[in-house]
Amino acid sequence: MALEIIESCVNCYACEPLCPNKAIYQASPHFLIDPDKCTECIGDFEDAQCASICPIEGAILDEVGTPLNPIGSLTGIPLELLAQYQAAVEATYQAALEAKTG
Amino acid sequence: MELPVFNSAPEASASGGCASHSCGSTDDQLGHLPEHIRAKVHNHPCYSEQAHHYFARMHVAVAPACNIQCHYCNRKYDCSNESRPGVVSEVLTPDQAVKKVMAVAANIPQMTVLGIAGPGDPLANPERTFATFRELSEKAPDIKLCVSTNGLALPESVEELSKHNIDHVTITINCVDPDVGAKIYPWIFWNNKRIMGREGAAILIEQQQKGLEMLTARGILVKVNSVMIPGVNDEHLVEVSKVVKSKGAFLHNVMPLIAEPEHGTFYGLMGQPSPSHEDLQKLQDACAGDMNMMRHCRQCRADAVGLLGEDRGQEFTMDKIEEMDIDYAAAMVKRAEVHAQIARELEEKDKARAAVAQVKAQLVSIEGGKPKAETRPVLMAVATKGGGVINEHFGHAREFLVYEASANGVRFISHRKTIPYCEGGDTCGDGESALDVTIRELAGCEVVLCSKVGYEPWGPLEAAGMQPNGEHAMEPIEEAILAVYEEMRAAGKLEPRADAAQKVA
Repeated sequence: MALEIIESCVNCYACEPLCPNKAIYQASPHFLIDPDKCTECIGDFEDAQCASICPIEGAILDEVGTPLNPIGSLTGIPLELLAQYQAAVEATYQAALEAKTG
Repeated sequence: MELPVFNSAPEASASGGCASHSCGSTDDQLGHLPEHIRAKVHNHPCYSEQAHHYFARMHVAVAPACNIQCHYCNRKYDCSNESRPGVVSEVLTPDQAVKKVMAVAANIPQMTVLGIAGPGDPLANPERTFATFRELSEKAPDIKLCVSTNGLALPESVEELSKHNIDHVTITINCVDPDVGAKIYPWIFWNNKRIMGREGAAILIEQQQKGLEMLTARGILVKVNSVMIPGVNDEHLVEVSKVVKSKGAFLHNVMPLIAEPEHGTFYGLMGQPSPSHEDLQKLQDACAGDMNMMRHCRQCRADAVGLLGEDRGQEFTMDKIEEMDIDYAAAMVKRAEVHAQIARELEEKDKARAAVAQVKAQLVSIEGGKPKAETRPVLMAVATKGGGVINEHFGHAREFLVYEASANGVRFISHRKTIPYCEGGDTCGDGESALDVTIRELAGCEVVLCSKVGYEPWGPLEAAGMQPNGEHAMEPIEEAILAVYEEMRAAGKLEPRADAAQKVA
């Protein structure tokens, strides 16, 4: 039973000092959770601490891969607007990549 | 800092018999402060309108974590081309930050102030923030330390803050009403829980107010920042200004919301408008009745370096700093000399200003206080690189300072960012040229003062009702503005009705 941090993590450090089990550590390209140490905070706190401060929707998953903070749950930005924004960011990124590689 | 207090000349405006706050001085936002506070802020570029032309500041990005979410912030953002709060290029460890500060202080001796402002909240990263402060108070005692916070963790940090030679704290307070707060803060992290909406906002407000009171009780200076969000807290900020002043904040800085769709913030994506320059000024004026206002804030990045309005961060990236060999003892001697030189320069300016005010006062008494023909106020834009003089080419200016000249004297209004005409290329977005952007940003200004202005932009500026003027190069800003205003008066362009002069140009 352990939580997982995925690639959308922005390395803001907020979760790291909160973990009661010191299961969270800095790694590249993003912070990680040691699954052997993580208890999902059961017995220590009512809510998983990392997921309670994480500002990025979808960055922390439970053991079956479900995000603890689903898309739209933290910012209140409507899903379709968010999808449009993410598509635009992706397009800009791809264009920059193509320009770079020629 | 043991600099002489050079702002202590008798208030020119008071002796000149002028009731206006802004009589002949642009650094008047400090004019009403008690002497001991003025002594603390006279060389702080963020607090003194006058000092910001001469002294530099830097921020170190050691505090990435945040304990709240604001609708104008997106923590995913990281771009060296963006100049706004919460944005940085690299997060530093406290050791790296200390190295960087000492390298900058040695290379930019005008740097007087080190702030920790993010990119998250400094007090949500207490270990990293205080480790940086602790080491700096030891190794670089000639640098002032500041911190800027959302206030949530402030009450528990006041004890530690008071240990570190920190005499300035900025709290961002956007509201004192939880119903308003619920529209700005979607959540906070408090007592091991994420608390959403109004309930979270109420806790945040309570902590901010408590922290403000605790700091002022200990004699630590508190500035309050507020983000003006039209339709959300714009009218409410007048009330905020009253409340924070009554609790001892010494300066209120009302800043415009920055919200663009490409930032990916709630406000940006939801199309929340930013305030116009005019509405911002109106609100600042409305709040100024209750409090010293600050108008020269540049809403810097959390890793900005240099004079306000400039960012020399690229000269001080960690790889470059590693190669620098800094002798800080020698640097401190040089820094003290540079600071003393600036102090002398400012002292002379103060004396000159006081002398002018005295002559004016005598004239008024000779004329028996006969009222001057009424003249309307005029906005003028100035291109400057600092030093309080007009010393920037029109085509190189990344920002213009806007002043208002009136029968009461000259007062600073705001700064307007733009794209330098010479770097603009043909168009930038939506077919708007760099010159179009400048003309749009300077809307309302009738004169554009710069050290030089080319033939090409001259026509379009004139057509837009803005008179380009390169005749006052290297002159002190206020004197030049007064001279131009006097010329306009003599030419009959200052009749109370505003539209006549617009068409003359």
